[in-house]
Amino acid sequence: MATRNWITNTLASVSFAALLWVGSSPTWAESKDQKEMRGLDEQVQEIKSDVLAIAQELSRLEEKLLFPSGTQVAVFVAVAEGDPMRLDAVRLQVDGELVAHYIYSFKELEALRKGGVQRIYVGNVSTGDHQLDVLVDGKREGGADFSHTEHFTFRKDVKPKLVGLTLAGPDSGKTPIVLGDW
Amino acid sequence: MRTSYRLLGVGLTLGLAAYPAVGADLKDLYFGEALYHAYQGQYFEALQRLDAELAQYHGLDEPVLDTLHYHINGAEFSVGDFELNYRMHRRAGRAIKAVLEGAVDPAVRNEAAFRLARIHFQKDQLDDALHALGRIEGPVPPAIKDDVEFLRANIYMATGRPAEAAEVLKPLRSDPSFAGFASYNLGIALLQEGKSKDAIEQLDKAGQLKAEDRADLAIRDKSNLVLATLLFESADPDKARLSLDRVRLDGPFSNQALLRAGWAEASTEHYDRALVPWNILVEREPTDAAVQEAMLAVPHAYASLNVNGRAAVMYDRALTQYSAQIERVDASIDSINGGRFLNALVREESRQDKDWVIRLRSLPDAPETYYLMELMASHDFQTALANYLDLEDLRSKLTTWQTSFDAFDDLIRLRGGNYEPLLPSVDAQFRELDSRMHLRLEQRKQLGKRLHAMLTAPRPDYLATADERIAGERIAVIEKQLSGVNTQTAIALRERAAHLHGALTWRLETEYHERLTEAYVHLNELNQYVDALNRQYEAFVRVRQAATHSYVGYEDQIERLRTRVSDALPQVNGLMTRQGQLIETVAINQLKARRERLVDQQTQARYAVADSYDRAARAQTGGEEH
Repeated sequence: MATRNWITNTLASVSFAALLWVGSSPTWAESKDQKEMRGLDEQVQEIKSDVLAIAQELSRLEEKLLFPSGTQVAVFVAVAEGDPMRLDAVRLQVDGELVAHYIYSFKELEALRKGGVQRIYVGNVSTGDHQLDVLVDGKREGGADFSHTEHFTFRKDVKPKLVGLTLAGPDSGKTPIVLGDW
Repeated sequence: MRTSYRLLGVGLTLGLAAYPAVGADLKDLYFGEALYHAYQGQYFEALQRLDAELAQYHGLDEPVLDTLHYHINGAEFSVGDFELNYRMHRRAGRAIKAVLEGAVDPAVRNEAAFRLARIHFQKDQLDDALHALGRIEGPVPPAIKDDVEFLRANIYMATGRPAEAAEVLKPLRSDPSFAGFASYNLGIALLQEGKSKDAIEQLDKAGQLKAEDRADLAIRDKSNLVLATLLFESADPDKARLSLDRVRLDGPFSNQALLRAGWAEASTEHYDRALVPWNILVEREPTDAAVQEAMLAVPHAYASLNVNGRAAVMYDRALTQYSAQIERVDASIDSINGGRFLNALVREESRQDKDWVIRLRSLPDAPETYYLMELMASHDFQTALANYLDLEDLRSKLTTWQTSFDAFDDLIRLRGGNYEPLLPSVDAQFRELDSRMHLRLEQRKQLGKRLHAMLTAPRPDYLATADERIAGERIAVIEKQLSGVNTQTAIALRERAAHLHGALTWRLETEYHERLTEAYVHLNELNQYVDALNRQYEAFVRVRQAATHSYVGYEDQIERLRTRVSDALPQVNGLMTRQGQLIETVAINQLKARRERLVDQQTQARYAVADSYDRAARAQTGGEEH
């Protein structure tokens, strides 16, 4: 009988304790480990800062070396606001040469839908007029495939050329591919 | 007293960190690119891009002309948000303080104050969080008005000021997006304040709120569970039972609710009814603490009902299960000691799948993560784990960069090798062309000056054609030869020469304006060729400079970067090792604690099984005697 009571009491107290955890920060007691974890966190923040600074300088170096401003052209892709289409792929040709063929993941498409802009291509062209052919593959809201091609001309001057493409699906009533200059 | 209610607050407020909606109004493509990365959770890339954009913007003489100017407030906030999401709280704090102390309108400043308070709250710097909220004055953007108050209430609760928290939370209950959390927190605040009756009433309301999304459903379940505990403590098992009935059977709190429901019945000695939830529970995931507790509770109920044979069998079963679980925990500890836990955590699929913690269990040799779920759900562990993964990313980036320096060196060497033999002859040709070009341009300049002078001082002879000039010179020679000769023939010839001279002069004088206009037209026609020449000249100079710039002057920068990367890599590796060891230690400690509990339960079961067999035997003997 004593054994049974002891078990009952123990079980009940454990059960209460378990419930009182609810709503509060679980299991990771204030401890040496926690202090060390926070100390490490500070150091991790510092190294992140250092590596970010390296990344920025490296990126500037890369740009200077590989895409100098005199010849740089960058093409960006955005999706028209509220467009229900599912963008599958974009292909770009500059002066007849295929320079980008990008297939979108769900995450990337979501990022575009939220207003993000993808830098799909960075390259070099000479100053003057150039032909840009854009081919968009996707699915309409109902799931049917669509494909749209558009041809543009852009002019490259001395400064870096930024070309923005805003894509819209066939159900949006908007121009399928709009080229913007920046 | 400072109680930790961080999870509730942080979970909600982090989700509120929204980036500016740019959509069709986007003016700066690079800002849009930073958002594109951020929306995918690639905060390193987002920060890299946006930091560069902001640095460029702030370095401009006329930043108002830059495209980022249209989004500058959003960009300044976003950089803080990105840093916060990338767990760089110190930099995020600095970024937001910069906005707070800048010349911005009150609404923007107030939003910055809110964001700063949120960072302090997340870092457990509660006084600083309250101080930051205290800086909010005047208009608060409607989108964050309730967020501010919810955060304020959380801070009050965490600093042991439940009465103030309750006052702040009361109006928030009417906000649909906060109703569940505000109602629950209000109940807890009242409980902290010692107003148990009010707390019960409030939690009862929170437990009956309409809910659709997972978070609201979970908080409703939690409200009911806490309410049931309070009612149970208040010796009101009937109401406790009603409250527990409202907890969903497939929700995250269902195991605890089933356990509690059993105890509610057991407390009134309705062991037969207690067996209903406990028998459901005992068939569930055996690694769950509530299930393990039910393994003892079920035979206990049978024993209380004097079904001792069944109780003995169930205690026996519990013993077997506890032994199996202890073995699993031991295997998990071995697995962690063998480094397999960290290996599993850094696997790419672990990062892609939101249910990765559960999927870890299916990996061979990975530890039994169910035992670590609670630990892994904690804020500190999540931060530690995220830092470990971030360090792994940094390590991978730094390693890749190390090889890219070699590629840069090759590129520069090849470019140098290509250009250096060519450039001297190109430069020599250019110098020759350059001098010829300058000569022609000087000639054109002189012609222009002469024509301009002829507008005020006419010089018809300057506009004579080549034939006319030759003819004029020949007439002059003839006139010179005939001068002083007075023969009849010479006189006649002199007259003819004078006539020709006069005819020539007449033509030059009468056609002067026409010729001058024509000369201007021709000179202007030359302008387009001169312009084309200048353009070509400038283009050549640019290309020539670009040729040099493509391989000269990079050595120092590359060497500096190479050194920085080489210095950073061992630091990252060292931090990763320490972070990894700490994660492993904490996980092992957690498993050891669970093991102790299992051993304790095993001991209880061992005593109880013997007791139950004795009682069953005695009952059988008694039955036979009768």
